Amino acid sequence: MPEKIGIYVCHCGSNIAGTVDVEDVAKWAGENLKDVAVAVDYRFMCSSLGQQMIEGDIKTKGLTRVIVAACSPSLHEKTFRRACKNAGLNPYLFQMVNLREHVAWVHRDKVAATLKAKSLVAAGAARVALQQPLEPTYVPVNRATLVVGGGIAGLQATLELADAGYPVYLVEREPSIGGHMAQLDKTFPTLDCSACILTPKMSEAAQHENVTLMAYTELEEVSGSVGNFRVKLRHKARYVNEKDCNGCGVCSTKCPTKVVDNGFEVGMGQRKAIYTPFAQAVPRTPVIDADSCSFFQKGKCRVCEKVCPTKAINFEQKDVIEEIEVGNIILATGWQMFDCAKIPQYSYGRLPNVLTSLEFERMVNAAGPTGGKIVMADGKTEPKSVAIIHCVGSRDVKHHPYCSNVCCMAALKFGHLVLEKTNAEVYSFYIDIRTPSKDYEEFYQRLLEEGMHFVRGKVAEVNTADRLPAESGKLIVQAEDTLLGRQRRVPVDMVVLMGAIEPSQGAAELGRKCNISCGNTGWFIERHPKLDPVATTTDGVFVAGACQGPKDIPASVAQGAAAAARVQGMIAKGMVTIEPITASVTEEFCSGCRVCMALCPYHAIEYDREKHVSHVNGALCKGCGTCVAACPSGAIVGSHFTNSQIFAEINGILWDAVRN
Amino acid sequence: MKYAYYPGCSLECNALAYDVSVRHVADVLGLTLAEIDDWNCCGATEYFSQDELTAAAVIARNLALVEPGVNQVVAPCAACYCNLIKVDHLMADNPAMGEKINQALAAGKLHYKPGSVRVRHMLDVIYEDVGEAAVREKVVQPLTGLKIAPYYGCQVVRPLTGGDDTEHPTRMDKIFTWLGAEVVNYPVKTHCCGGHMTQISEPQAFEMIRRILQSATSNGADMILCACPMCQLNLDAYQDRVAAEFKTPLRMPVLYFTQMLGLALGVDAEKLGFGKEIVSAESVVQSKLRPATLENTRS
Repeated sequence: MPEKIGIYVCHCGSNIAGTVDVEDVAKWAGENLKDVAVAVDYRFMCSSLGQQMIEGDIKTKGLTRVIVAACSPSLHEKTFRRACKNAGLNPYLFQMVNLREHVAWVHRDKVAATLKAKSLVAAGAARVALQQPLEPTYVPVNRATLVVGGGIAGLQATLELADAGYPVYLVEREPSIGGHMAQLDKTFPTLDCSACILTPKMSEAAQHENVTLMAYTELEEVSGSVGNFRVKLRHKARYVNEKDCNGCGVCSTKCPTKVVDNGFEVGMGQRKAIYTPFAQAVPRTPVIDADSCSFFQKGKCRVCEKVCPTKAINFEQKDVIEEIEVGNIILATGWQMFDCAKIPQYSYGRLPNVLTSLEFERMVNAAGPTGGKIVMADGKTEPKSVAIIHCVGSRDVKHHPYCSNVCCMAALKFGHLVLEKTNAEVYSFYIDIRTPSKDYEEFYQRLLEEGMHFVRGKVAEVNTADRLPAESGKLIVQAEDTLLGRQRRVPVDMVVLMGAIEPSQGAAELGRKCNISCGNTGWFIERHPKLDPVATTTDGVFVAGACQGPKDIPASVAQGAAAAARVQGMIAKGMVTIEPITASVTEEFCSGCRVCMALCPYHAIEYDREKHVSHVNGALCKGCGTCVAACPSGAIVGSHFTNSQIFAEINGILWDAVRN
Repeated sequence: MKYAYYPGCSLECNALAYDVSVRHVADVLGLTLAEIDDWNCCGATEYFSQDELTAAAVIARNLALVEPGVNQVVAPCAACYCNLIKVDHLMADNPAMGEKINQALAAGKLHYKPGSVRVRHMLDVIYEDVGEAAVREKVVQPLTGLKIAPYYGCQVVRPLTGGDDTEHPTRMDKIFTWLGAEVVNYPVKTHCCGGHMTQISEPQAFEMIRRILQSATSNGADMILCACPMCQLNLDAYQDRVAAEFKTPLRMPVLYFTQMLGLALGVDAEKLGFGKEIVSAESVVQSKLRPATLENTRS
């Protein structure tokens, strides 16, 4: 019995109809294509009236195949599949033809665009006739979640899930959770103490019955797919047994080796060879830095071992690999600071008293190396003037083209703290002041009133080339004041560089392990920038916080919570639907060469040693088709993308050539 | 290693010391510089604003004259270096312009394919092609005890193809560290010497020159070393007038970096154009470099 195909051509308002003669396309399809029972155009196919039209035609006219020629399948394929299903037609007997992104939006010539639209509709009609009804499968969702990154975004996600009653593995590569927020002094615009609002969350995460905290641990490998991931973790050797350590800190106090702390204190302070990064660190268990420990370097010392009251020091400790199973993964790996030495004209690393924003953050922090005193490199003199340079590495085509989002507000906060703690004059050298969130602009107004000086101009250089006696011994900031239209030379005692924030080191590699990608500026790509900001193109892998793009604390917290909500939705549903678009092996043709196994990016192919054939695990297969193309004996078939379907589609596209 | 050599006009008159020292240094370092036969002026900076096509064609002629098989040309003058690169890029980025230039060159039976000749500055050749080990090995007269202020000027680092940092170049610093000299870190080493500003407005130009000379002086430099004839001329020839204008004593020898490099490599000072500078470097060189080691010079 011949098929009865229904073809529905959408105007999408004027989005498609403005460039494609949709009426002509529908009329032409009805007259020229094979087995077409209905061919109509309609203003908005995705509207409920449009969907009802399809459902009605399936029921009354007995359609066996449906084509909607409208927008991209990524937008509305689900909508129309559901409509077909509602009317009793298998949703995989539906085919979407993209006349908007592939035709109307990329062409201007209406005649040619209409011709191309006809080709694509013909291709859809040719392939849809050969499509097979398919049934999705369902697999249960593991209720545990892996959160990678213990900064504020990861902590928020962890606690939301744990409070909802679900188990969470919180993995952090540093010795303590807390992330960059633990380094900050005050938070803008409210100026509340960063540690005071963060540390309760850190200890709550550590003590929560549903949270397994794994600090000093890195993610090695991820396999499986949504609902059932297997994750290999590496617990790095701390040389301290976590179970025995009571966190008393005697080991650090007695350790004779002091080194510059380039981690938490960003080079502004010192730490011992055995250390916890900061006073409120969670977990309290210290770490031995083998690169600076006398025992590891010279074979003697072992002072920490002698003084430890619980005998927790273990120099023999090795990295431990652990495998866990989770249903979903949330990546919250945050950011790192741009290397300001890459802009040598600002003299960072060459002249004293030129600091990065993170270094200044440690300096103004009451728990930091100077006890919160703003002092110059000699350790005691208070600066009489401070210049804050914005956009160091941000909004700069040579480095990062993007705006780092948080620096303007952080600069204003610094201005306030300098004015509050010292008698110094503060100069902000900015390109634009960006204060778009709630209460941010008010904070800017406040600083204007407090007397912070604002100079609009990108700084050319910071040097010590004094010209006048008053400039002697100062750092001279040279900039064009674009509001005055003239050059400014401002001699100051201290310069703070608002370095760009960039993706954490290793983010791209982690992304590859989790099968998600980074954009050209290195941030993880979300599924949709506006409508699906925490999901990714890999089901079950979510992103939260600054790893997705520069973000301040409120935005990071919001994303952490959003990602947790998405995961809770998955867990509450209990099952994940596995699309039936997968590959399968025809055993009779399979020679057992296993070329496919090596190529499969999802580790979905297994080898049956008894039958000497390969076998595709449908739960893992994503239907990418790599194995189908690679199989030397043509034994693998990709459902919904069979050879006959694809050749029919090509024939359809070439309808005029084929006909002639 | 064989390079085509494009001296440019300056090196035939006011920068003669640069030319002879480059040739001698190249000799010692085993670099073959084959002067381009019948080369012509690069037009310096002004010609481009008059008539781009003519300016570019005049420059491209020099690239077209590079003998086949030699794919690199060394231009010690920073302006020539910059212009040659500029035209090579212009022809590559704008094929229509490249076509017109080649039509003009065809009148002299010449043709230039963009990208076929790599334009190099002497500083980059020594830093990259010769390299630290080979330079160190050839030093017979270490510059120990000498404080030099490297001065790069604008154009050596501006075509963005040389490999050094545009905003904070360090290659001359490094080369002289290899030679044993103490490199003075003075904050204006990347500031402009004023170029042709001396012909337009002396007060402006003199102030720019003063800053560089004074900064090098107050940071204890014995001499300034240049990689550009324009910079050398401005800093050297105007020194008396700048000193008088600002009523400040200035006595800073300004030499080409290849002159001091040549000395370190054992080339006889006379062959390196010493004495052609206006503010004499003789007493500094005599007093700073130990007489005993001066006997090591190659004859």
